[in-house]
Amino acid sequence: MKETQTIEKTKTETTKTERITGCEAIIRCLIAEGVDILYGYPGGAIMPVYDELFKYQDQIHHVLTRHEQGAAHAAQGYARISGKVGVAMATSGPGATNLITGIADAQIDSTPMVCITGQVFSHLLGSDAFQETDIVGISTPVTKWNHQITKAEDIPEVIAKAFYIAKSGRPGPVLIDITKDAQLQEFDFKYEKCSSVRSYKPVPKTNIESVRAAAHLINNAKKPLIVWGQGVILGEAENELKAVIEKAGIPSAWTILGASAIPTSHPLNVGMVGMHGNYAPNKLTNECDVLIAIGMRFDDRVTGNLATYAKQAKIIHFDIDPAEIDKNVKTDVAVLGNSKESLALLLNELNENKHEAWHQEFKDLYKIEFDKVIKADLLPEKEGLTMGEVLKEINTQSKGDAAIVSDVGQHQMIACRYAEFNKTKSNITSGGLGTMGFALPAAIGAKMAAPEREVVAIIGDGGYQMNIQELGTIFQQKVPVKIVVLNNEFLGMVRQWQQLFFDKRYASTEMTNPDFVTIAKGYHIEAKRVTKREELASAVEEMIASKSSYFLEVCVEKEDNVFPMIPTGASVSDVRLS
Amino acid sequence: MNEELKTFTISVYTENNIGLLNRISAIFQRRHINIESLTTSQSEIENVNRFVIVVNISETQAKKIVGQIEKQVEVIKAYYHTDNETIFTESCMFKIKSELLFEEPQIQNIIKESNTRIVTVNKAFFVLEKTGRRHEIEALRRDLNAFGIMQFVRSGRIAVTKDEMRITELLKAEKNKQ
Ligand SMILES: Cc1ncc(C[n+]2csc(CCOP(=O)(O)OP(=O)(O)O)c2C)c(N)n1
Repeated sequence: MKETQTIEKTKTETTKTERITGCEAIIRCLIAEGVDILYGYPGGAIMPVYDELFKYQDQIHHVLTRHEQGAAHAAQGYARISGKVGVAMATSGPGATNLITGIADAQIDSTPMVCITGQVFSHLLGSDAFQETDIVGISTPVTKWNHQITKAEDIPEVIAKAFYIAKSGRPGPVLIDITKDAQLQEFDFKYEKCSSVRSYKPVPKTNIESVRAAAHLINNAKKPLIVWGQGVILGEAENELKAVIEKAGIPSAWTILGASAIPTSHPLNVGMVGMHGNYAPNKLTNECDVLIAIGMRFDDRVTGNLATYAKQAKIIHFDIDPAEIDKNVKTDVAVLGNSKESLALLLNELNENKHEAWHQEFKDLYKIEFDKVIKADLLPEKEGLTMGEVLKEINTQSKGDAAIVSDVGQHQMIACRYAEFNKTKSNITSGGLGTMGFALPAAIGAKMAAPEREVVAIIGDGGYQMNIQELGTIFQQKVPVKIVVLNNEFLGMVRQWQQLFFDKRYASTEMTNPDFVTIAKGYHIEAKRVTKREELASAVEEMIASKSSYFLEVCVEKEDNVFPMIPTGASVSDVRLS
Repeated sequence: MNEELKTFTISVYTENNIGLLNRISAIFQRRHINIESLTTSQSEIENVNRFVIVVNISETQAKKIVGQIEKQVEVIKAYYHTDNETIFTESCMFKIKSELLFEEPQIQNIIKESNTRIVTVNKAFFVLEKTGRRHEIEALRRDLNAFGIMQFVRSGRIAVTKDEMRITELLKAEKNKQ
């Protein structure tokens, strides 16, 4: 045991072997993978690893969250803003199961994450030992890959593989469960990064013929429409996408997870598609002649009723995941591969074009949406505050440079609709799973990964209370995140559905809330409540100017609704404005 | 929309991993697809396992399922085939009271005519084994049932394809890339 402390600590890969314990190896592997921060919570089965974290604290920063769910979401926030692999750690049993919601969220939103869980001694596996759960079994359907380690000597190879799999191809979460005896055993340590797994082909080859076929359709299109998704951000293909859009003059819309890949102000950015997306791109999805889907997966919240979705259009689908092709929407041309490479190839094949008349149709519909919805959201004449005007104020004060981390509900849709983005990786939200409680911990991870960026969390009064305990993490770690709670004293999105589809029977959606300002102050976080329009601008200004964490509660109109809206099962062209 | 349901044999070549069975069967379970039979064994390649899964689904579903299976990290390759594209069999065993073998001469005829093999005979019971198509096994079971069966068991389908699989080439190509 003594030797381990004299071993030279190194950031690079080791070529010679050294005799160390499994738990020290885990930390050394993380450092070799470039992990600088991880989020977690200790307990019996992972304690040896925590002991090593203590020894290596000058090289790797462990953040104690207040709940393992918070650790998982913080790791996600870290990954989403940086593109790096987020890491979360927990003990066996309840610690591990508390990670599951975050893992499921990362799986459906393709977020690179490695979770390390402690497990009971291998001789106790299957004996219902104290804090034993079959976390590998439980996490199987929600992980890209998972594995249980019962021997120390397997640690380097499995962890290397975990990072490689989490990050490569279509990213996703990986869970590694490590028994306590494997953590305690000594073995000859040597670390090599993983660069391939023989059964795994992360990036399919792009077929140039398919690119040409796509270009042919696009070059001959009269009314092309691009809908891009997170695949553009994950593939770091923002510049390539912008070049394609500009060269071919194509109006381009985004899914919720694609937001911010192209600046909001770009003239060809025509807004968000989907249930609460913009009027024009939803309506015109059913009028375009070629629909070019790039790194998106035709989620049902995007397509509405598939039987009436873009039936008139030829469909081109760019994706890295072959299983997405024809999964929901039958394509005419599928272009497999990494978005950065395939869009660069496409660019060469495209003719310059301007679709001015077609683009004008988007502008005309925008005008209708502005008059019927946007004006009342952003420039309200009624007394009560709207969520939209809060977003507008944040845009103004942060000059569109903030990363917006939104939770789930009405405020999320408002945030995604109205936040202005200048930079990519600026919209961090739980898209596929719609996990309330995501935003507060995710904002912590985002801010720690990108301290130079302004990170503003936008949260409802419901979702805020799902992981409110993470205020403790913000306080202890001094994370200067800005927290905005848009308080409508309702589970607003559910209440909206009750109003529209359940004859206003507000079953269990009204909330009697605590004094949020006092709670924030209890954690020594600067806090303010705004109830009147006159107070809003100065409060947001004060919040953005603050160098430390700041909590702002805005009491908004209780029964406002989010529009446009495509009711479940309706067609995208039946998008409602009221 | 209402595509015809057919019997498909899904063949999956995988790395040898304990968790994989769970991962693969979950893909069917999530989509409410009943697995008619599932067999796993060593394949022609060392350390590569082969799953043979029989399902009754539409071709569109088969395509999507194979896509989802191939997406799993430890799956090397997955295919689906119709009955015409494969050569397949099942096998079964019967345990029957020994006295019947002598009291019911009919049984001996059944055994002979159906090409069934006697695996063992002792004082108390004898055991029959037959390999063949489902309808042959079913016919045999019906015939023997008349006399009383102590135990019956039938295996899942095993199948080879008429097409070449080229897994070795695939693995070699992967290796050369490294
Ligand atoms: C963990 C979880 N539970 C339940 C839901 C269902 N749900 C979706 S939106 C919503 C209401 C959110 O209310 P609030 O956080 O106050 O935000 P608002 O809609 O009022 O902006 C609920 C309950 C969910 N998405 N996630």
